Amino acid sequence: MSALLSLQDVWVEYGDKVVLERVNLDIAAGEFVSVVGPSGAGKSTFLRLILGQEGPTRGQLLLDGTPLAPECSPDRGVVFQRYSVFPHLTALGNVMFGLECAGAPLLGKLVGAGRRAARDKAAAMLEAVGLGHNLNAYPAQLSGGMQQRLAVAQALVTHPRVLLLDEPFGALDPGIRLDMHELVTALWQDHGLTIVMVTHDITEAFKLGTRVLAFDKRRHDPHAPNRYGATAVYDVKLDRKMKAAGPPPGLVGAG
Amino acid sequence: MRLVNIKPKSGLRILIGAIPIILLLIAYALMSAARAEADPNDKVLPTFLAMIRAAVRLFTETDPRTGEITALADTWASLWRLGAGVLIATLSTLLLGIALGVVPLVRAALGPVITIIAVIPPIAVLPILFIALGLGEASKIALIAIGIAPYMVRDLAGYVAALPAEQFLKAQTLGASSWQLTLRVALPQALPRLIETLRLSMGPAWVFLISAEAIAADVGLGYRVFLVRRYLAMDIILPYVAWISALAILTDWALLTLSRKSFPWAHGDGR
Repeated sequence: MSALLSLQDVWVEYGDKVVLERVNLDIAAGEFVSVVGPSGAGKSTFLRLILGQEGPTRGQLLLDGTPLAPECSPDRGVVFQRYSVFPHLTALGNVMFGLECAGAPLLGKLVGAGRRAARDKAAAMLEAVGLGHNLNAYPAQLSGGMQQRLAVAQALVTHPRVLLLDEPFGALDPGIRLDMHELVTALWQDHGLTIVMVTHDITEAFKLGTRVLAFDKRRHDPHAPNRYGATAVYDVKLDRKMKAAGPPPGLVGAG
Repeated sequence: MRLVNIKPKSGLRILIGAIPIILLLIAYALMSAARAEADPNDKVLPTFLAMIRAAVRLFTETDPRTGEITALADTWASLWRLGAGVLIATLSTLLLGIALGVVPLVRAALGPVITIIAVIPPIAVLPILFIALGLGEASKIALIAIGIAPYMVRDLAGYVAALPAEQFLKAQTLGASSWQLTLRVALPQALPRLIETLRLSMGPAWVFLISAEAIAADVGLGYRVFLVRRYLAMDIILPYVAWISALAILTDWALLTLSRKSFPWAHGDGR
């Protein structure tokens, strides 16, 4: 298996409603996959599948060739649009959380030298995302963009194999969004990350991604709109020329 | 300017808030003075002076029968019962509320039982408690605990279950086990809510305490109030009611301060 993450004939159905059908995908290590598509086309379901928040009805997901259990685990980090950080912990506490879970199974809190090491690591991570001056701030004291930076730092400190981003910049101002694009691109390159990002913004998808997946329904029965599910109808690996050209006109309407 | 947009400044607000209280006190003083003039031995509306005299007597003189200062013995007995009942209720709420809120299996198993227990009027259970636990302290403490715990458990469980699912997912992607999730995500966020729901439950807790003391006790604030009612001793009842209110306000203030100091993030204060 050369693919890091592999979806093999994956279906998701809720009763009669088919959300995803026949999804076959291989995602290689180091890819930055942008996922776009109209509302209700299963983008979020796709992300929840990879995250492990739910399992497929049929088919299977493989990470490094091993089937994934329908449960979250530290090999897949996530940043949601909102509520990604813990309001009762400081920035430092939020980033240390992952390290403390790994280091202190019983108390969930490190002490002594272990704590100092985790603290230094977390502080370095916060420095890397530009929050070096806000180590002891609570999330409520941070702006929306800073909270998302914190969420990224928190997710990266445990070195997940895949980083999942669920419309991470959707609630941010345009200027802040551009800053976040730079940050995520830099982190992706520096840490050699594999990223799957769901977004509504097609321009963003082409700007950041090395590969764009568009989800939509191939077939549509007007008498039974839920009969057919969505799948990746458009799957393009972007080279530099295509990135510069931006999204193709046919796809812009689909966002 | 519209009425809804006129906001009093802080100094003025205190003044405006004080006016109704002062008016009530003046009205009472006038009425009690009028009655005292008509009948110096009137018992229904004692003057402030008579109440202060009664209060001083109760708070300083030892009762020759028990050898204790009446008001202090009553206060001590009542606060002990209240504290024990509230402590039991709070601890069981912490355990049950978080377990119900975090673990779907526990919610499925215990949710219906707690809902049923919560709709039973606690006072109706008081005879059962007296029969099962006797007329001593245990039944009074049990009434307070049983009276407020079901509401508190349901409130806390609902709050914990309503915490954003993203937080629990995120914690799991950071490697948290069920236990770590409970300890590091659910528990700290539940604590300020626990104090909040306890503050709201203190009112009912006092009601249950005084009810239990009124029915079967030989010492306690509720016992005293109901005892002297037989002699129409309003000059004792009114200071006692004021004293109970003062204790309630003090408890509420202490709980709020504790929450503000311990959980600044929950009050929007930051650090």
